[in-house]
Amino acid sequence: MMDKHITAPLTQETIEDLHMGDYVYITGTIYVARDAAHKRMSELMAKGEDLPFDPKDNIIYYMGPSPAREGRPIGSAGPTTASRMDKYAPALLDMGLKGMIGKGRRTEDVKSAIVRNGCVYFAAVGGAGALLSKAIVKSEIVAYEDLGAEAIRKLEVKDFPVIVVIDKDGNNLYDVAIKEYCKE
Amino acid sequence: MRGKSYPGKMIMRTISAEAVTQAVKEMCIEANHYLASDMTASLDKSIETESSPLGKQILCQLKENLKIAGEDMIPICQDTGMAVFFVEIGGDVHVDGNLTDAINEGVRRGYTDGYLRKSVVGDPLVRVNTGDNTPAVIHYDIVEGDRLKITIAPKGFGSENMSRVFMLKPADGEEGVKNAILTAAKDAGPNACPPMVVGVGIGGTFEKCAILAKKALIRPVGEHNSIEWVSKMEEEMLERINATGIGPGGLGGNTTALAVNINTYPTHIAGLPVAVNICCHVNRHAVREL
Repeated sequence: MMDKHITAPLTQETIEDLHMGDYVYITGTIYVARDAAHKRMSELMAKGEDLPFDPKDNIIYYMGPSPAREGRPIGSAGPTTASRMDKYAPALLDMGLKGMIGKGRRTEDVKSAIVRNGCVYFAAVGGAGALLSKAIVKSEIVAYEDLGAEAIRKLEVKDFPVIVVIDKDGNNLYDVAIKEYCKE
Repeated sequence: MRGKSYPGKMIMRTISAEAVTQAVKEMCIEANHYLASDMTASLDKSIETESSPLGKQILCQLKENLKIAGEDMIPICQDTGMAVFFVEIGGDVHVDGNLTDAINEGVRRGYTDGYLRKSVVGDPLVRVNTGDNTPAVIHYDIVEGDRLKITIAPKGFGSENMSRVFMLKPADGEEGVKNAILTAAKDAGPNACPPMVVGVGIGGTFEKCAILAKKALIRPVGEHNSIEWVSKMEEEMLERINATGIGPGGLGGNTTALAVNINTYPTHIAGLPVAVNICCHVNRHAVREL
């Protein structure tokens, strides 16, 4: 396990160097989308239309923030459960999406898509939304404003802390780490 | 005015609906920015006992998160929950207006003025956001006295989604109940933002055991059920859940749960209902008595 500083969007070179269990600080631009936005993007993809942003080389953060107080870029901003996006993730990964930030387990389908496309799944600490908001410098809505907390946002982040859970080779930290501490 | 009875007439203590609304508004904001002392003490203790270095680091982040939330008024978690209430109404108290409307108006003001996330959709399939986090889920109880006691427990859905009801057979017995609790906690795993608090309801009916489990979550962490076998089961299940290795954030460790709180109720000769309501470490509640 190592501490690493990376920039987003991601390059293949960066991903090659990320391994299960690495503690990673992300600086750069990432996108935010959760349930309702994924549903709409999936409907656009079914019709062969363009998405509100190009997923290529980007990271999607599964998150729906609380409203920002005056003078702040965003409210509380921690990860939501990634498994609800499992239905939509493989198609986005096949389109060039390189990273996802969320919390919790993923399906085998998502893991296969991660390995097939050389991507990475990060976890941010769930329930630490106030702390994580401090690493967000700027937030702007890029689509689906009517969805409120579920709109697609573009974030500028600085040293946003995450942990590599599934790396490009399909190693899964949840499986390995939980076994290590299991005393049943 | 205290409730007094005279021959032939009864004087009720009156509370204005506006006072209820104001209290609820304040409670929504309070519960989403500050955890009760039982939860913070339990998290602090877990930092000392956690064996995984990454687990310890995550627990320290959770402590830091609570500090930032309170100081900068940023909600502890962005999922500020669906507003769940337990309301105890004394038989000798009267609310001047519609109590349910007064509570919902408090939620509306608290979530809007308090910069809390609006996470409620008006229809489970049409799914259009109501825009003000109403309606709340309200459980009423009639009790003795002339007071109105309101408890709010905003419930996040990362953990709510991992909750379960098991309609066991009487023959499944104690082992069946323990397996149900362990199964729910293990299935919840990293998804439910551990360390979690596990609320369990045993007995009653299908819906009664779920309410018992939800109510168990508002009992302070570290306080045990007064029934001896229940208290023992709480301790045993906490130990067994912590032996699963799930740990803080689900990334390995011995702090998977901070407490297992169990409530029981009489049940039918043919049944053994068990509900397991999982809550994350942001186990929020606030209480006011009017």
